Parts: sequence; C-alpha cells; structure tokens
Amino acid sequence: MADSALEQLKRDGRIVVVGASLAGLRAAETLREKGFAGRLTMIGDEPYEPYDRPPLSKQVLLGHADAAHTVLPRRRDIGAEWKLGVAAAGLDMAGRRVRLADGEEVPYDRLLIATGVRARPWPNQAEAELDGVFVLRTRDDGAGLARRLAAGPRRVLVIGAGFTGSEIASACRERGLDVTVAERGDAPLVGALGGVIGRVAADLQRENGVDLRTGVMVTGLEGDSAGRFRAAHLSDGSTVEADVAVVSLGAVRNTDWLAGSGLGAGPRGIACDAGCRAFDIRGIVTDDIFVAGDVARSPHPLFGYQFLSLEHWGNAVSQAETAAHNMVSESTDRRPHMWVPAFWSTQFGINVKSVGVPSLGTEILVTQGSLAERRFAAVYGYQGRVIGAVTFDNARWLEFYERQIEITAPFPPPYDTVDRRPEGRHPVPADFPDPSVPTHGPTITLSGYSPADRRMEFTPAGH
Amino acid sequence: MLRLVVDLNRCQGYAQCAFLAPDVFAMHGEEGLLYDPQAQAAQRERVVQAAAACPVQAILIDGPDLAAGDAVGAGAAVDG
Amino acid sequence: MTEDILRRILDPAGRANPYPLYEELRRTPVYHAGEGPYAISRYHDIRALLHDPRISSDPRNRTDSVGDLLAGGEEEGSGTLPPAFLRLDPPEHDRLRRMTNRPFGPPHAPRRVDSMRPELDAIVKELIDGIGDPGSIDLVEQVSYPFPVTVICRLLGVPQEDESRFHVWAETLAANLDPDPDSDPVERAERAQSTRMELGMYLAGLIEERRKHPQDDMLSQLAAGSGSGSGPGAGSGFGFGSGSGEDGSLSTMELLSTAALLLIAGHETTVNLITNGMLTLLRHPDVLADLRADPGLAVPLVEELLRYEPPVQLLPGRTTLADIEVRGVTIPKGANLWLVLASGNRDPERFADPDRFDPYRKDVQHLGLGSGIHSCFGAPLARLEAQTALAELARRLENPQLVDDPPPYRQNAVLRGPRHLRIRCDGVRK
Repeated sequence: MADSALEQLKRDGRIVVVGASLAGLRAAETLREKGFAGRLTMIGDEPYEPYDRPPLSKQVLLGHADAAHTVLPRRRDIGAEWKLGVAAAGLDMAGRRVRLADGEEVPYDRLLIATGVRARPWPNQAEAELDGVFVLRTRDDGAGLARRLAAGPRRVLVIGAGFTGSEIASACRERGLDVTVAERGDAPLVGALGGVIGRVAADLQRENGVDLRTGVMVTGLEGDSAGRFRAAHLSDGSTVEADVAVVSLGAVRNTDWLAGSGLGAGPRGIACDAGCRAFDIRGIVTDDIFVAGDVARSPHPLFGYQFLSLEHWGNAVSQAETAAHNMVSESTDRRPHMWVPAFWSTQFGINVKSVGVPSLGTEILVTQGSLAERRFAAVYGYQGRVIGAVTFDNARWLEFYERQIEITAPFPPPYDTVDRRPEGRHPVPADFPDPSVPTHGPTITLSGYSPADRRMEFTPAGH
Repeated sequence: MLRLVVDLNRCQGYAQCAFLAPDVFAMHGEEGLLYDPQAQAAQRERVVQAAAACPVQAILIDGPDLAAGDAVGAGAAVDG
Repeated sequence: MTEDILRRILDPAGRANPYPLYEELRRTPVYHAGEGPYAISRYHDIRALLHDPRISSDPRNRTDSVGDLLAGGEEEGSGTLPPAFLRLDPPEHDRLRRMTNRPFGPPHAPRRVDSMRPELDAIVKELIDGIGDPGSIDLVEQVSYPFPVTVICRLLGVPQEDESRFHVWAETLAANLDPDPDSDPVERAERAQSTRMELGMYLAGLIEERRKHPQDDMLSQLAAGSGSGSGPGAGSGFGFGSGSGEDGSLSTMELLSTAALLLIAGHETTVNLITNGMLTLLRHPDVLADLRADPGLAVPLVEELLRYEPPVQLLPGRTTLADIEVRGVTIPKGANLWLVLASGNRDPERFADPDRFDPYRKDVQHLGLGSGIHSCFGAPLARLEAQTALAELARRLENPQLVDDPPPYRQNAVLRGPRHLRIRCDGVRK
C-alpha cells in the first residue's frame, strides 16, 4: 500500500531549499521531475538566481565572459517561490521552520540545506577592507576583480596557491599582468595533489612568469593614506608591492546560521548519512532535513565510510539529485550518494583533472607520460590499493583510473600501459604535507567517522 | 540569449563544440575548454549542434520549453 | 558445428544486415575461438577498452606474426611509410595527431571547419543540380561519394582531377583494413605496403609543389611545419595555449603517412555515412518527411545514424599489453582484439529499443566515431557533411523511392556501406 503521507507530501507538501546555487537548483529540478507538485521555496543570500561559479576564476577573469552572464541553464521550470537576497538566519527543528534574516519564518515539511561555502576572509578585517583586496567566490567578487584586472594593475598578489589561487595567477599572466603568488606550503596544489605534482605546478607557474614564493606567509597588508592596498609583508621579511591582492585561502562552510539549532552542523559542515539525511547533534539521523553540496559531509563506502566534504561541482549536482530523490521517496526506494570525487582545473593552458581522493595517497606512480612534459596520468596508492588519480592533458584515460578506484584495484598497478616511461617503473612518496598543517583549501576534507564528533579542532585561518 | 553550462568533469577535450561553434566554445591549450556561458541568440543553431555532437554529452543548454522570460529578479518572485 | 560467428560477420553474404549476427555475438560478450581474435560486442565493455591504457593500437605489440607486417616500416629509407597515428600509441600518436590538428582545428585553427559551411552547401547543391534523370539516380555515384571526396581534396589541396588514380589506392587500403581470414596475410600486407608507397610517392610530388607554392590548404600548412631545416613549431604568442612547441616538426615520411591517412579516411567513411543515412531515411518515410519539414532535425538525426548504422563497424586492430579480465574472461597479453562498435551501438543493456531508428532519442551517446584518444579525427567535418547532404536531399528529392532493398554492398565488413544506392524520384526541386 502506498504511503499516503508521502503521496500527500508530493501533492501539496511544502519543501524549502536553503541555498540557491548549483546544488539547490539541481535539487529543485529533480524534485519536480520526481513528481513533487507542492509548494517549493528557494532561499538564497545573494540577490541572484543560481549561477555557475567555475567560470569566475577563468573566463570571467580573462575578460571572455561577463560575471553577470553565468546564470545556470534550467533543465525545466521549477515553479518555485524565490526568496533571494535574504539569508537564512535560524532553524527551528521542532517547529519545522526556517527563520530568515529579515525575520520572516518559512515553514517546511521537508528541508534541503545547500548553503555551500564562502571564501575564507583575510583574518585582519581592517586590512581586508582595503581597496584592492579581494576574495573570489561570488559573482560580485568575480565582476569586481575582473574590472580591476582589466584596468591594468602594476602587480597582482595572490595569497594562497590552491586551485582557485593558481587559476587566478594563470588568468593574470594570460592578461600580461605581473603576478606574485605567496603560498605557505612548499608548492602550489600540495594540499590536493601532494608534493610530486605540486612541484610540476610550481615549475609551470615559474615558466609562465609567475613570481612564486613558497614556504612563506603573508603577515600583513598595507594601504596608502587613501585606503588603497599598496604592499604586502611576508614572513621572510620581504615586501611585495602590488595594486591588487586576492585572498585565496580556501573556504568556510556556511553553517553559522544553524548554531544552537540542534542540527549536527559545525565548521566542518553538516553531517549526513549516505542518503543525504542530516544528523542532529546527538548523532541521530533526522528524517525531514537533507543536505547536499559543499556544506555536506557524508560517509563514503569507497573510502572506509569516512566522512568526506567535497567542494566539487560534480558532487553538488550528484548529491543534490540524490537528496531530492530521497526527499520524495519511500525509505526502501532511497539511494545512497556514492559519487566518486572528481574535479578539474584549467591553468597555464593545462587541463588538470582528478578522481578519487589523492590526499589519502601515500605513494604516487606516473603510469603514463612524463611529469616533465606536463602530459601524464598518475595514480595514488594507499594501503596497497589505488585511491586516486590525476591527469595533466590526459583526460581521456581518467575513466579507466576511476574504475580502478571503484574496484579497489591493487597499487602499484601490476600491468603495463601505453606510454609508460622510466619514471613510471617505481612508485615514489606522494609527499602530502602533514595534515595537521593547514594548506590552502584542499578540495576534499576527511573529517573522521562520527557524525556528532564534538572534538572539533580549531581550524586556523590558513594564510 | 542562451544560457549554457558544460560539465567539465565529463568533458574529455574532444573539441567538437569548439569546431562547430567557435564563437561560443574555445579550446584553451590542447584539452581545456573555455566557453561563454551566455551565448548570443544568433548562435543557437551552432550551440545546439555543439551540444548534440558532444561525445560525452556534457553540454547543458536551457530546456526548450522554458519561457524566455523565466529569469527571476532580486527579492521574492514566482516563476513557472 | 555452427560456422564461426566472426567468419559469418566477415562473409559478404550477410553484409546487408549484420545486426542479427551482432545480436548473436553479444550472447558471448567476450568471444574467442581457436586462433582468432577476442571480439568484444557489449557497449560498456567496448567503451571501457577504448579508454583502457592497457590496450595498444600498435600492431607491433601483437604476439602473432601479423603484427610486424601490419605495422609498416619504422625508419625512413626502409622503403615503406612509417605507421600513421591510427596505428600508434602515445606519445608518438599524440604528437602526430596534435601536429596534424594544427592546421585543422582548435586551438590553432578554430574556424577552419566552421568556415567551410558555405562551401559544403555549395558542393551539395551543385551535385544535386547535376542529377540528370530523376527516375534513375545512383546516390553513391552522384552525391555520397563525390561530396566528401571533393571536400577532402579541397581541404588537403589534392587536385580532384587525380581522383581516378587515388580512388584505386584508397579502395585497396580500405580493403586492407578488412580482416579477411581467407587471404594470405603476408601477401595482403605487401600489397598494402606497395599501395601506400605509391600513394606516398604521389603525395610527395604534391607536397614538393606546395613547399614551393604554398596554398591555403592543409598539405601546404603541414608541409610548412615539416621536413629538414625547420625548427620546433613556433610558440603561440604568450607561453600557453599550445604546448606544441616541443613537438618539433613532422618528418617528410611522417607527413606522407599522415596525408595518406587523411585522404583515405576522408574517402572511405563519410560516403557510407551519407549513403546509410539516405537508405535509412528511405526506409523510414515518416522521418524523411520530418526532416523535409525541419532541416534542423539533421543534427540529432546524424547522431542517431552514427549509432544505428555506423560507417566504421568494428575496430579490428587493438592489442592487449597485459592480461586483462573482461566479464570474467582473461584475455592474454598480446592478443588481438576486435571492438565491434556497431554491436555496442545496438546493445540493449545500454540503449532502450536499440534496433529502432529514432532521431528523437534523448540518449544517444554512441560509439560511431569511437571514443578515447583515437576517436575520429575528422568527426566535425563528417557530421557537417552528413547533416548538409541529408537535409538537402530530403528537401529536394520529390517522392524518392528505393529501387533495390537491400542495395548491393561493398565487400568491406569494417567500412560497411552500399556500393550503389539506386533511387527513383518524381523530380528534383530547385
């Protein structure tokens, strides 16, 4: 017999989606596709309908596309009531209400939280407010930075050489701008891809004219009398004079609004089960609150059921679809979220792609091509299995390695491949930094086994 | 205007889109793809060709049944 | 004992409709008999193997004696052309393909194919204008063959008046792709080598000419970046965007090999796509009527056609570099693989109602142009040519009817298509 409560929900229930970006939009479309005919409310703190963020650090900074032109295409009409430009400010779990910053309360039968992350701000607020100091996360950030780059600054300082920082540096060089990158780790991308690949990324930056400074911290930003950024001071005692500073120190999860709500939310995200249902702070799963996208941390069967937080575009889409499906399904029809982590980056003319969780890897083997040529495929090994892979301009092979991860294939791979070079005969240490030393925004965060883990560690502002 | 997005996780750099709609899609290096997420209406035919030709079906354009004025502004609005 | 299914697939008697044979083949997804190849017929398996770095396209990796024969010479001056990128693995494949792409497509020549659109329209129009008696048309002779040949000749810069010469070479080399169990492999390989050499000599003359008097064609542009004396390719402005600077230059022998490959591929594939397309439309008059009403339908229609009647039916030349397991069967290192693309395209595990031709199908991620690093080099051009030809034929032929169904087929099982497609219609619209 059909669950009449579910049928009723689908017919005239109230679903609220907090977070009107990629995950929120795709979830809303999926809800409608699955037959949800009730009232759908989309809440977003930015005043814009859902837009795509990856172009902001690429096409937009190059001047090839306008930041305002990144609105996401729609798969279908979603017939939603939109509350944009107003942030969610609180959650009443018992009363099933979301409180908005303007005081309005929005009731729900099912809630999806997809509030994502925001750029980690520069820790010194006065310095952060200097004219010429940017972060890059939102459409407004992108528009402002693109405008400033187009004006031809003398030099741009990028603080943090994760993927976003590296892409910004790449765009600056392509525009012919002088750029300094300051990274506290030993190389760009080390948090996500380790030191072996990080050294390739460092060479790439330097060859393309980036003034790359590694192993240094920016200790202070200095303005002129008019409040314009003019120079940065580094921990090695040096000073970098620049007109623009882009703070690219990773992301902060948007969970502050849930403080005190009783939901299992904290700086590492909102814990949820494999079916995207949120846990409360007691570690008990809720049945009416779901989570998707960058703000979620969920257990993954391929990685020992550790909780993973993924700041990945594809994860946002996939998890949103799964969450939406599960929101309007019988418990037996629900699906687990089993997406294999994957991301891409384009920088300095190279297409970087990765699958799995490289940062779990202890060793790396270049199975195809050569690091020196910047065309290669490499796999990461962890406890005798393949756990991740990365390609530079070799994307067509990546699905093979994804499959190797899925079937927990042995590492080092016992087989020969095309384009195997001498450097591909023996694995070497993957050389990830000590996990207790924060790096600039690894895009995958492993956050332990317990959804209600209260031993939250202090996460220092990673500059 | 025509809104589009490419799932670059799926993209493997076959460049069919860049061949067929070079004003909207461009290869950046041998394998990377950059595109204009909001193409001119005059490019619709070529963008449709590009999306159909994509060997990994990574290009999403606005659904054909969407009203052109489906955009929502700031503040509360109802679409659909 | 039933006759070996692979022999029946190769037998010209079954050429008009090999799909029931493929269906039978799919019952044994990894088929192997005697000394023969391992034939892979399921969509997902084929797709996985096309992206599997343990699979080589270089016949020199085969353990049977055929490998070296197929590979061609390795060195200049050996009296044979070196293998073209079709039969090479990375990094050589990637380097040659990148260099060949420089005058053809993005990132270096992003507008070349797009800019050919008006020319494609004009060539098709002229060919259809030239149809004499509407009651007796051979589509192959009058449209589907001359159209792509004209295009590839103009693109490369090969004089079309030499067509009768290279037509013979193209046929011989296309036939050599066909795994014929009854012919002597040594003799076949020798014949192919001598044909490639003849074609190479012919192209060498043209290239010499183009070096002296460069034109706006691919031979001139490829020649400009090849041969002795020229240094590494020029960097593309500011550092990135190319990465090709370190590719060096094409040797003269590499250039000849590449030009021969483009000329043959440009000859022997699109003709079948267009002919198969018209044949399919004539068997589905409702779709033909839809296409006449909406020429834009040609776009999804050609994708469905690449699924339903792919011009390259199977890839017979892949080799395992390691023992690999597919569906519980271990394929030993050095084994010859057949990847039966046309079977994968009709796999019910992948496509709903796979034997139905449906240009409105939403999910049409076919294997018709391959996948992975060896996916069809000329794909964008093939697509435009087929779209242009089919839309224009649908618009202009009045009440077209098939004269023979099935039509007579060429012998080739790999590059499969009708030898003639006789059509009768009431007239040809302007």
